[in-house]
Amino acid sequence: MQGNTACAEGALAAGCRFFGGYPITPSTEIAEHMARRLPKTDGVFVQMEDEIASIAAVIGASWTGARAMTATSGPGFSLMMENIGYAVMTETPCVIVNIQRGGPSTGQPTMGAQGDMLQCRFGSHGDYSTIALSPSSVQEMYDLTAKAFNLADRFRVPVFVMSDEVIGHTRERITIPDRVEIVTRRPLEKGTLPFRGGDDGVPGFPEFGMGHGVHVTGLTHDERGYPEATDPHVHAALVQRLVSKVESARHDIADYEVVNPDAETVFVTYGPPTRSVKQVMHDQPDEGVGHLHLRIVWPFPERLLRLFTNAKTFIVPEMNMGQVAREVERHTDLPVISVPKLGGELHTPGELRTLLEARP
Amino acid sequence: MSFEDWFREDRLPHIYCTGCGNGTVINCTLEAVEQMGWAVDDTVFISGIGCSSRAPGYIKTDSLHTTHGRALAFATGVKLANPRLHVVVFTGDGDLAAIGGNHFIHACRRNIDLTVVCMNNMIYGMTGGQGSPCTPVGAISTTTPYGAAEPAFDLSELAVTAGANYVARWTSYHVRELTKAVQAGLETPGFSFIEALTQCPTAYGRRNKLRQVSDMIQYLRTNVIMVQKIQRMRERGEPIPDDKIPVGEFVRRNRPAMGVQK
Repeated sequence: MQGNTACAEGALAAGCRFFGGYPITPSTEIAEHMARRLPKTDGVFVQMEDEIASIAAVIGASWTGARAMTATSGPGFSLMMENIGYAVMTETPCVIVNIQRGGPSTGQPTMGAQGDMLQCRFGSHGDYSTIALSPSSVQEMYDLTAKAFNLADRFRVPVFVMSDEVIGHTRERITIPDRVEIVTRRPLEKGTLPFRGGDDGVPGFPEFGMGHGVHVTGLTHDERGYPEATDPHVHAALVQRLVSKVESARHDIADYEVVNPDAETVFVTYGPPTRSVKQVMHDQPDEGVGHLHLRIVWPFPERLLRLFTNAKTFIVPEMNMGQVAREVERHTDLPVISVPKLGGELHTPGELRTLLEARP
Repeated sequence: MSFEDWFREDRLPHIYCTGCGNGTVINCTLEAVEQMGWAVDDTVFISGIGCSSRAPGYIKTDSLHTTHGRALAFATGVKLANPRLHVVVFTGDGDLAAIGGNHFIHACRRNIDLTVVCMNNMIYGMTGGQGSPCTPVGAISTTTPYGAAEPAFDLSELAVTAGANYVARWTSYHVRELTKAVQAGLETPGFSFIEALTQCPTAYGRRNKLRQVSDMIQYLRTNVIMVQKIQRMRERGEPIPDDKIPVGEFVRRNRPAMGVQK
């Protein structure tokens, strides 16, 4: 199965009922697959006039209780930024798939990249925190897309599946489970305020048409949902809750793989470079080389770095100029070697081996 | 129930300026909704950004106050995902015709089952009176200090051409006609567009020799011409005055529509 098809199938297995999108290489197969499949599963596919409208329609659909998603690539992702902030502020669960390609601008439409990792973290204005998953195989594309819906509903945030052309267009054999785990959003209890966070900071969801009479606004709002845009305390409390409901769960939701935790040299990867590292470790097994493979990059689970108690060096190969390497540096006093690769080609196992041989 | 029962009373007083026409348009719309016999729980009001777009915040239904220009795209998602809901969109000339222009023509083309009430005050009111795509040529605004040079959009003509099933224009002076037009829009399956010209004494009138609210309402009353009259004049071969704004029903038809509850 192709990666993009696996993404669409994972979404359908998770109960996705609404897809709003706009054609863009290299993500289009996801929309095409949803256009074929959704009408036959009581769902709605709509091709919108642009990516701004696509994410807007997805957010609108989500307020009716539907699991909703869109898929795009760099230029479309940039267009979505304002409404992604709206989804954050209004706590609207939705899934946004970014099949990354080389940027900036039109860049390399048919080549893979991981250049939007910081954009998905910081791209909309204001302070916020969201969740970003990164598949490194077609199987993970299926599994993580399905999982993204659960995380979106649990935390009421837009969740990003930050894949790329490499995985999107790879064909691999995958195992489709009989059923995927589904954790839906907790409904708002009658008589409780629609924007008051529960113990986990997440409010119950007041689905439209259920008699909640909820007012949803992107303006700073109080716990009733009413605009309160000039009270500094209301704004601070709201933004702090929006950030902390995600950040405080970062270790709880961490999804990762650890190999050789006693190693001194440790690769940290997410997405396609994971494959190169696995190949290196397969070709020449070496207990001195460890691997931390992150399936969830944001919120960054920094505690995992400390699982490698003998670590002397972290090596971070990425298909960008070192976007997540900076985050690794922020959380360790050990040397962090960023291995950037631009142009659309993956790090070869040979390149990474040369790096290992050069280490002190 | 009366239309007043639709208001979210704990949100009052509202933010509108003294003499603003938006309240009249909101009352007309709620009166029309009330006439439809719709339940509060089955009705959703959606808006973008601007003075007009604050309206849903004062109504007790579920409501979505979205981003600038994008209300129709959000509304498309709500209506397609749950056609059982009645969806009404409040917007303004800046929100709909400038930043939201692309969504406007595509929502008309899809003929999605929404009713859109556009409060056209010919100015950006919320940001203090900048020229909009509907500011008449020659009118003074903070960004057209020497008079607007760009031709204005005719929003109703645009909606007709782009494919809406129902299109009408009235003003905040024509309360009964406006209410009936909104109700006709609510009754019509598919995309309904009701343009309501409104007075903005704060940001438009005071810079354009219409300082008094009554001056602006008088202007809206006397500067319009009924579409039926234009039709009669055309049939008689009489010249049609180009300084009058056509009002009335421009189209009522039954093109295939999306999002209609089956």
